[in-house]
Amino acid sequence: MGRPTPNHAGRKLGRKLSLACGLGLLLAMVSAPAAMAGILLPESGGSPNADQISSLYKITLYVSLVVFIGVEGALVYALIKFRARRGVAPAQIHGNTRLEIGWTLGAALILVVLGAVTFTKLDSIRNPPNSGPNGLQLTAGVDYATTDALKPPNGKSLNIQVNGQQYVWRFTYPGGKNPDGLDDPYSYEKMVVPINTTITLDIVSQDVVHSWWIPQLGGKFDAVPGYPNHTWFKISKPGVYKGQCAFLCGRLHARMIAEVDAVTPAQYTAWIAQQTKSIAAADKAAQVARATLARQTGAASVANP
Amino acid sequence: MATATATPIPQIAAHTTRRDESGWTSWFTTVDHKKIGILYMVTTFVFFILGGVEALLIRLQLGLADNTLVTPEVYNQLFTMHGTTMIFLFVVPMMAGLANYFVPLMIGARDMAFPRLNALSYWLFLAGGIVLYASLFFSPPEGGWIATVPLSSTSYLPSGGVDAWIYLIHLTGLSSLIGAINLWVTIVHMRAPGMSWSRLPLFVWSILTYAILLIVAIPVIAAAVTMLLTDRHFGTHFYDPTNGGSPLLWQHLFWFFGHPEVYVMVLPGFGIVSEVLPVFARKPIFGYKAIAAATVLIGFLGLLTWVHHMFATPTPVVVLIFAMISSFLIAVPTGVKIFNWIGTLWQGSIEFTTPLLFCVGFIATFVIGGITGVFLAIFPVDWQLNDTYFVVAHLHYVLVGGSVFTIFAGIYYWFPKITGRMLSERLGKWSFWLMFVGMQVTFLIQHSLGLDGMPRRVYEYDNVGHLQLYNQISTFGSWILAAGVLVTVINVVRSLKIGAVAGPDPWKANTLEWFTTSPPPANNFDVVPRVRSLEPMKDIRREIERRTAEGVSPDPAGARQVVS
Repeated sequence: MGRPTPNHAGRKLGRKLSLACGLGLLLAMVSAPAAMAGILLPESGGSPNADQISSLYKITLYVSLVVFIGVEGALVYALIKFRARRGVAPAQIHGNTRLEIGWTLGAALILVVLGAVTFTKLDSIRNPPNSGPNGLQLTAGVDYATTDALKPPNGKSLNIQVNGQQYVWRFTYPGGKNPDGLDDPYSYEKMVVPINTTITLDIVSQDVVHSWWIPQLGGKFDAVPGYPNHTWFKISKPGVYKGQCAFLCGRLHARMIAEVDAVTPAQYTAWIAQQTKSIAAADKAAQVARATLARQTGAASVANP
Repeated sequence: MATATATPIPQIAAHTTRRDESGWTSWFTTVDHKKIGILYMVTTFVFFILGGVEALLIRLQLGLADNTLVTPEVYNQLFTMHGTTMIFLFVVPMMAGLANYFVPLMIGARDMAFPRLNALSYWLFLAGGIVLYASLFFSPPEGGWIATVPLSSTSYLPSGGVDAWIYLIHLTGLSSLIGAINLWVTIVHMRAPGMSWSRLPLFVWSILTYAILLIVAIPVIAAAVTMLLTDRHFGTHFYDPTNGGSPLLWQHLFWFFGHPEVYVMVLPGFGIVSEVLPVFARKPIFGYKAIAAATVLIGFLGLLTWVHHMFATPTPVVVLIFAMISSFLIAVPTGVKIFNWIGTLWQGSIEFTTPLLFCVGFIATFVIGGITGVFLAIFPVDWQLNDTYFVVAHLHYVLVGGSVFTIFAGIYYWFPKITGRMLSERLGKWSFWLMFVGMQVTFLIQHSLGLDGMPRRVYEYDNVGHLQLYNQISTFGSWILAAGVLVTVINVVRSLKIGAVAGPDPWKANTLEWFTTSPPPANNFDVVPRVRSLEPMKDIRREIERRTAEGVSPDPAGARQVVS
C-alpha cells in the first residue's frame, strides 16, 4: 500500500512525532508511578497481589498505548492525507490478502504475548505466600480453611471470615475457645489484622450479592450467598486501608464501607483480647437486660431478638 | 442489455402501482416494512431521549460528592431505567428499525418475508416499552439492568418494578425473536437475482449475524426471567439460596444472553460503517470477505465469553482462563475490521460529510473501547477494574461509540432515502462535534474514577483525592453530549419541512436502496435489477452513463470521460 508520494518526508516526520509522543508518555509513567495511581494505574501498595495486578496492568497499558497510537495515528493520517482533492482519483483497490493476513497474525501475536505475561504473573496474584518471620506466630498444623481455599505453602495463615450483609461487613477472627467457633471474636466494618502475616479470607454473604474490595489489597471477590469465595492479602506496613462494597446490594450500597487496620502482631493480640472481653461484657449486659425484661413482663424467658 | 438504445434509459425503475395507505390510521394498520421501520425508529428515538434524561439526572446527582438531589431509591431507579431503556428500548429495536427499512431495499425485495409478523414485532416492542415506563407511576425497578438475584427476589425488592422489568424482557424479547426470524428468512430467500452471498451488502451480513445471535440468546433470557417470575410469585426456588437454589445460575443465564446482546448492539453498527465508508471514500470496501467473515466470527465467539462478566464470582480458575482466552480471540476479528476500515479510507478521496464524520468518530472511539476491553479480559486485572467506573467508561466507549455514533451515521446517511429530503450538513457537523467531544469529556475521565476506587451504582461518594473533580468533568461532558443530540433533533424536525430535495441517489452510493425513489413507493421497485457485483448501483450508473453517452455522442472515449 505504501505508494511513493511527494509527501514522503512529511510522513516520516509524522511517524517520528507520534513515536516521540508515545515514548514521552511511557517515560512519564515510568518516572512517576506513584502519581499515576488512581489516574492511569489501579491502586496498589498494600499487598503483593495488588502490586502484581498493578504491574500486569502496566504492561498491558504499555502494549495498548503502542496499539492506540498506531491505529489512531493511521486513522488521522489517512483522513488528512486522503481527503477529497480535485484531480486526485481514489484508488480502486478491493483488498490485499497478504497485508490482511499480516495484521490478523499481528493482532493475534499481541494477545498471545499478553496471555503469556498473565500466566507468569498468575501464581503470585492467586497464591498466598508464607507469613514473614516477624508476623503473628500461628499455630502449626492447624487447618483453618475448611474448603477449597488456597493456602500458603506451609499451610499457616490467619483465616478471617468476611460476611456481607445489607449494609455492613462482619469479620470473624479465629481465637474462641468453643470448637464450633461460636464464641470467635468478631468486628463490624473495621477489620484489624497483624502485619507481615498472610491473611486468608473466606468471603460469604447472608443475604444478597456483595463484593469485597479494598483496592490497595488486591482485586474484588464477590460474596454470593451459598458460594464461599476466597482471597488473601499480606500487609507489610501498618496503616489503614479503605474500601467499600463493589456489587449493587440495595439502596444503601454506597454506604457499605470497609476498612482494614494493619497493626503489629503484638497490638493485634492485644486487640483480639480486648475485643473478646468487650464482646463477653456486652453479651453479659444483654443477658442481664433480658432477665430484667423477663421479670418485668412475667415471661419465662426473652429470646434474643 | 448490451444493445445500444437511442434514448436514455431512466435510472429509476419504480412507480406507485398501488395507492399507499394514508391517513393517521395507516400507522396502526400498516404491514409495510418501511412504515414499520419508521415507527421503530421514531419510537426508539423517543426512548433514547428518555434514557438520556435519566443519564443526565444520574450525572447531576454525582456532580457533588454528597449530593442529595435524588434519594438512594430514586438513584437506583434512574440507573436501572437508563440501562434497560438504552439496551432494550433504544439500541436493539433501533437496529431492528433500520434493518426493517433497509434490508428489503438493499437486497432488492418488495417487503419482508412475513409482513404481518413484522407488524406484530413492532407492537410487542411498544407494549414492552409501555409496561416498563408505566411503572414510573407506581414503583420503577431498582435492581440494575442485570437484576441480580437475590436482590431482585421478593424478599429484597417486593415492589412490582421488577415484575414490570420481567414483562419488558418478555415482550421485547418476543418482539426481537419474531423480528430476527423474519429478517433471517427475508435475507435467505428474497435476495435480488444475482445477489449471491459474496455480493450481499455488509450491513445485511451484520443483520444476519444480529438475527442469529438473537435467536440463540433470547430464549435463554426468556427462560431465566420466567424462572425469576415464578420464584417471585409462585413459590419456586430456582435462585433462592436459602432453599437450595442458585444465585450463580441467574448470573450464568443472564450473561449467556447479556454478552451476545453486546454484539447484537454493535454488529449492525459495524455494518452501517462498512456501507458508509466506501461511499464517502469513493473507493470499494477494503477486504469485503474478511469483514463479512469477521462479523460472523465475532457473533460465534460472542457466545463463548459470558463468564468474563463474572470474573469476581467464585468460579474455578480454569473457567476464568477459558473466558479470558475466548475474549482475547474476539479482539482479533474486531481488530481486523478496524484495520479494514482504515484500509478503505487509505488512498480514497474522502468527503467529510456528516455520516462519514460519525463513522470516523466511531472508529476513533471504539478503538479505545476495544483496548480497555482487553484489560478487562485479563481476569486478574479485571479483579481490580470490574464493577467500577472503569467498566462504565469501557461499556460507554463501546456502546456510545459502536451503537450511538453508528446509528447517527445511519440517520444522516439514510434520512434522504426515508423522507426525500436532505438533513442540514451544517447542523449535522455541529451535532457530530458536540457529541464527539461531549462523549470523550464524559467518559474518558471515568476510567480514572474507576482506577481511583469508585464503584458503579453508588449514589454518593466520599470526596477524597480528585473524585469530585473527575465527576464534575464527566457531568460537564454529559451536557455537551446532550446538546449534540438536541442539534440533531432540531435538524431532523427542520429538514422534514425545509430540507433540500434529495432525489433518488444523493450520495452516489453503492447499494440497491438508492435505485428507487426517495421515499420509495409501497412496492419498492417495479423492476428488480440483476445484481452483478457488490456495488450494483455503480454498475447501474455506469450503464446509464454509457447509454446516455451513446445516445448523445457515439464516441466511447467521450463516454468514459463522463464516468468519473
